[in-house]
Amino acid sequence: MKQGASWFNIASLVVGFLFLYLPIALLVIYSFNESRLVTVWAGFSTKWYGEMWNNEGLMNSAWVTLKVAVVASTFATFLGTLAGLIMARFGGFRGRTLFSGMIYAPLVMPEVITGLSLLLMFVAISLDRGFVTVTIAHITFSMCYVAVVVQSRLVSFDRSIEEAAMDLGCPPGRTFLQITLPVIAPAVVAGWLLSFTLSLDDLVIASFTTGPGATTLPMKIYSQVRLGVTPEINAVCTILVGLVAAGVLVASLVTRRQELRREMEERAAQAAP
Amino acid sequence: MARSAKEPDPRQEVAYLQGDGAAAGTLSGLHARLLLLPPYRILVTVLKRLGVSGRNAVIAIPYLWLLAFFLAPFLIVLKISLAEVVVAQPPYTPLFVFVEDGFIAIQASLENYLFLLEDSLYWKSYLSSLRIALVSTVLTLLIGFPIAYGMARAPKRWRFALLMMVILPFWTSFLIRVYAWIGILKKEGLLNLALTQLGLISEPLTILNTDIAVYIGIVYSYLPFMVLPLYANLEKMDLSLLEAAADLGCRPIKAFWVITVPLSLPGIIAGSFLVFIPAMGEFVIPDLLGGSQTLMIGKTLWSEFFNNRDWPLSSAVAVILLLVLVVPIMLFQRMQEKTAKAEG
Amino acid sequence: MKTSAKTSAKTSAKTAAKSTGATHTRQRWEPWNDPNQRPHVEISRVTKRFGDFVAVDDISLNIYQREFFSLLGPSGCGKTTLLRMLAGFEMPSQGQILLEGEDMSGVPPYQRPVNMMFQSYALFPHMNVEKNIAFGLRQDGVPKPEIERRVAEVIEMVQLNAFARRKPHQLSGGQRQRVALARSLVKKPKMLLLDEPLGALDKNLRTQTQFELMNIQEETGITFVIVTHDQEEAMTVSSRIAVMDHGKIVQVSTPAELYEYPNSRYVAEFIGEVNTLEGRVAAREGDHLLVQSQEAGCTIKTGPSADEPAGRQVWIALRPEKVQIALEPPPDTTTNCLSGEVWDIGYLGNLSIYHVKLDSGKMVTATQANRTRLIERPITWEDRVYLTWPPDAAVVLLS
Repeated sequence: MKQGASWFNIASLVVGFLFLYLPIALLVIYSFNESRLVTVWAGFSTKWYGEMWNNEGLMNSAWVTLKVAVVASTFATFLGTLAGLIMARFGGFRGRTLFSGMIYAPLVMPEVITGLSLLLMFVAISLDRGFVTVTIAHITFSMCYVAVVVQSRLVSFDRSIEEAAMDLGCPPGRTFLQITLPVIAPAVVAGWLLSFTLSLDDLVIASFTTGPGATTLPMKIYSQVRLGVTPEINAVCTILVGLVAAGVLVASLVTRRQELRREMEERAAQAAP
Repeated sequence: MARSAKEPDPRQEVAYLQGDGAAAGTLSGLHARLLLLPPYRILVTVLKRLGVSGRNAVIAIPYLWLLAFFLAPFLIVLKISLAEVVVAQPPYTPLFVFVEDGFIAIQASLENYLFLLEDSLYWKSYLSSLRIALVSTVLTLLIGFPIAYGMARAPKRWRFALLMMVILPFWTSFLIRVYAWIGILKKEGLLNLALTQLGLISEPLTILNTDIAVYIGIVYSYLPFMVLPLYANLEKMDLSLLEAAADLGCRPIKAFWVITVPLSLPGIIAGSFLVFIPAMGEFVIPDLLGGSQTLMIGKTLWSEFFNNRDWPLSSAVAVILLLVLVVPIMLFQRMQEKTAKAEG
Repeated sequence: MKTSAKTSAKTSAKTAAKSTGATHTRQRWEPWNDPNQRPHVEISRVTKRFGDFVAVDDISLNIYQREFFSLLGPSGCGKTTLLRMLAGFEMPSQGQILLEGEDMSGVPPYQRPVNMMFQSYALFPHMNVEKNIAFGLRQDGVPKPEIERRVAEVIEMVQLNAFARRKPHQLSGGQRQRVALARSLVKKPKMLLLDEPLGALDKNLRTQTQFELMNIQEETGITFVIVTHDQEEAMTVSSRIAVMDHGKIVQVSTPAELYEYPNSRYVAEFIGEVNTLEGRVAAREGDHLLVQSQEAGCTIKTGPSADEPAGRQVWIALRPEKVQIALEPPPDTTTNCLSGEVWDIGYLGNLSIYHVKLDSGKMVTATQANRTRLIERPITWEDRVYLTWPPDAAVVLLS
């Protein structure tokens, strides 16, 4: 019986991961296809990468996207860390329910609503649409992700560490910088990475809030995809997927190794008299 | 050396003002020094009397940002949904109009909402969105549960790698993942190619531009959102409960239904919210994978806005969508708050 | 105020009555009995509410310089809240706390000359042992050479020289506990607060560490206030113990007084084991009371006791180790003698515990030291036995 259950587990894992990875794998494979036709394999080639590199519009939008992502994720990390701190440590204050609502709602809010409402507001205050408005929009929704990541790290860590710092003569502001921040640093970094990729990814909100001269890469990809599948887009996508995957893999492997080493050291310390 | 608490004025007042100054590191040093200057001290005292403390200032930064860029925009949407479309810049009538004697008249019309009721396109879009989101949520649960279960019961040393494998697609571009399916599902796509070559079908199937493609797209895109909370929940489960059930004469299959599933309910609910709510307003998937007959409200809103340039009507569409989602969103928030507390 | 005044008055009266030839020649260190001593900490009428819940209820308490003072009670009795108010993490809802005569209200924890050792130790995970210990001194801007010297000093004192560069996760539980202690001692606080400092250690290490704590306290001369739910720990280390229940202090006494002269059934039952027998005052005979008890089935002549009106309901507390068990009846079975049947025997090697069921149905425990080497003890199950005790072993409790 147990054997059967475990076979079932393995099968569901294999099928599940095939489902998750096959489409992306095919996309990557066909980015190296000589032929323009997606279904016909005409031999290995990297020519689409060359064409992509020479496509000025594509490269421009990639540059815009990168700039937006770096600026937005940095601001979002700052605001989101503060928000996470407030949620986890500040206890009750007037308007807390509204605050937590504004933190959690953007996580599930349909993008069309967020995008539309931000655009209408930018129009209402007659802010010229472009780089700034897209960045503001991205800060707003990704700070909530950062807040949730930071908050969950904060609630799982022993609050008495901060009390100990204050007890030893450290005022609250300095305690945050010297004690809390170093301890939650991994969560803050993870939050930055998450908002970076969210910003890199976003099509709908950017489409609403952007203006002339600030076309992001997803918007560019979208407009080309509507015309059909091309190996060139496959190449762009492959590079994007590759970069993000490499970044995430490296980051998580590094933290994993630290964790394992720490566990080993802990065990060694407990075993010693 | 320990500081003495009692100091002659004005240092004592200074100590009070420093009280809950949540100002940062070197800043608090500067703050302390500045407090010895009377004008600065008076300013801080006044702010404190008004309830503006360091703590409140810290709360204010993200709070004001969210009020300005999350809540205020909704009020504007609500306002514009009551306006009428005009050919102008911006393309809607103002809500408040100055009439000659200096009075302000409110010019609100419910016409947009009436129109949404009259035109079957809109309520059909809502209903169809609801149906597609519900069906996709159930499908995602059915596919996600075995994966999460398999992960949680896998040997400990594999679990990290498995978890990474679920998280990785979640980090990669949503648009790209949807796009990848076009190449597979289209008439001359890879799926049809494979099926024809295996001799399973003679005629290529039409999948792309149908509701089926939309279901596939939603399930594929949102699968990690279902698997992650489920895995977190199942992994925590105490396996000796199943041994206890077996010891008391319960067969494994039955134990799964009466022990494992009820205990994983919080994970199921969390995952379902994370899939259902955004799927309701999904635009990219029905636009790229669905056909012209696929009605989803996100797509309707988009075309109303970008193609017809009717801002008031698309605002009304958004308001109604928000009203539909407000209950699940609030339930979701409640649940998140609870789990955040439980972790602490 | 009321509780404290009453208890201290009674305590001194009892101590005076109790001090016999052997002890009264020896000079005892009892600043709480010396009216000329000023208390180091004065807690006066402090109440702390969390919403509707009253965690600390109108407590007044004086703690003296160099004391090792324990707050003892079950979880939820308010002892930790009281400690956190001393540290400054909670502010009293009412009342005030004076440290060396200075009002501490409104003084935040980082400006109080008081340090705390946390139950979880709360070591900074990203700093090594040295940095953890130096942290408090760095906050005060102590010059670097002095920091180094003082850190080295306390590291020596807690014997962590070999581990100075390790991070907390590379230390065992006992080592972490010592780092936490060193870190809170290095600032030479006016008072050290310890929140269940030994709770996370296993039993052997705990006993050993209790004595280490006492030595360090004597060496440094710092006032220690410790919160614990472990009565053995409190008895071992303390100069005085405050027993708490539901936010109130029930009794403040030295460990010996607490054990031998509890003021209530709550204290008697919380500290060690006790048999309580309910009865009514029948008469007074010199400084003894005669108590008629249905449960006991005899008249109990108590130890020296305050006068109580005849007919008043009282409880007699009898410690099991003070009760003699015998198969033969004593000459007078009507006074200070219980009789019953052996119901259960627990053999611990050094001791045997007898549970005796009295004729009234009441269970009474008696423990006997096993002084002789025997495999089979003469008393066994279902034997008819007689329990007797010296008259001053019976303590009268009014509540």
